[in-house]
Amino acid sequence: MRRNVLFQLMSIEIMLNAAGLAFIVAGARWGQPDGQVMFLFILTVAAAEVSVGLAVVLRLFHGFGSLDTDQASIMKG
Amino acid sequence: MLIAFYVAAAVALFATVMTISRLNAVHALLYLVVSLLAMAVVFFTLGAPFVAALEVIIYAGAIMVLFVFVVMLLNMGDVAIATERRWLSPGIWRGPMILAAVLILETAYLATGTVGVRTGPAVAPRDVAIALYGPYVLGVELASMLLLGGLVGAYHLGTRKLPRPEVGDDINTGERRAYFSGDAVRAGDDRAPGASQRAVPVDVHRDHA
Repeated sequence: MRRNVLFQLMSIEIMLNAAGLAFIVAGARWGQPDGQVMFLFILTVAAAEVSVGLAVVLRLFHGFGSLDTDQASIMKG
Repeated sequence: MLIAFYVAAAVALFATVMTISRLNAVHALLYLVVSLLAMAVVFFTLGAPFVAALEVIIYAGAIMVLFVFVVMLLNMGDVAIATERRWLSPGIWRGPMILAAVLILETAYLATGTVGVRTGPAVAPRDVAIALYGPYVLGVELASMLLLGGLVGAYHLGTRKLPRPEVGDDINTGERRAYFSGDAVRAGDDRAPGASQRAVPVDVHRDHA
């Protein structure tokens, strides 16, 4: 399992993109604009998620000197 | 044009598999950009040109630039120059370049206009806009709230200068945990009301331990 938090964020991007592809394909199949509207929302979620996520990555690296998410497993509260 | 769809889908699949199997973050990012561009071509052949343009501009443009920015920020130091020189060796460009060349040839082929572009019915950007600001207008407002939250959150996390977390015993529970100096939990209940968290001595837990 990948413990590098950058790869985890990249994989989240890939999964969000896959969900968007499903919406686009469904919209193309039935000729409706709803699929593209949903893709726009997914795009918004991905942009917000990656901005906060990368700020957390910077803090994690600053605090622990590593990108390994297991390093932060003792952090509570 | 069905063959264009299949070629772009194959490029996207291959680039995605290469992305998640790379060990180096920069190599993975190169393949991820190619994967997103291939997805844009797939969207184009599916009859969603507006979304294809957004995919290139926002995903492959803005979000990937953020990733590259963070990767470069994380590698500051003496070894960074040697590391980047190794990353920029021509060998690692080859895979993404071949895939991107395939996409460029395919786009040029589609742009000649001699072939039909779509595999499905096209949904014009106008229809998308009407739907977006008609029945989905509440979603647009929620998306703006989300983006504002992301902006404030990223600003908050990015500008606060906190010291490195330390590992020690919690003064309340005695558990081993990581904490930041000035942590409200570690400061305990005996803190004077209204006192700043910053005023708490850094090593107060060691007196209790």
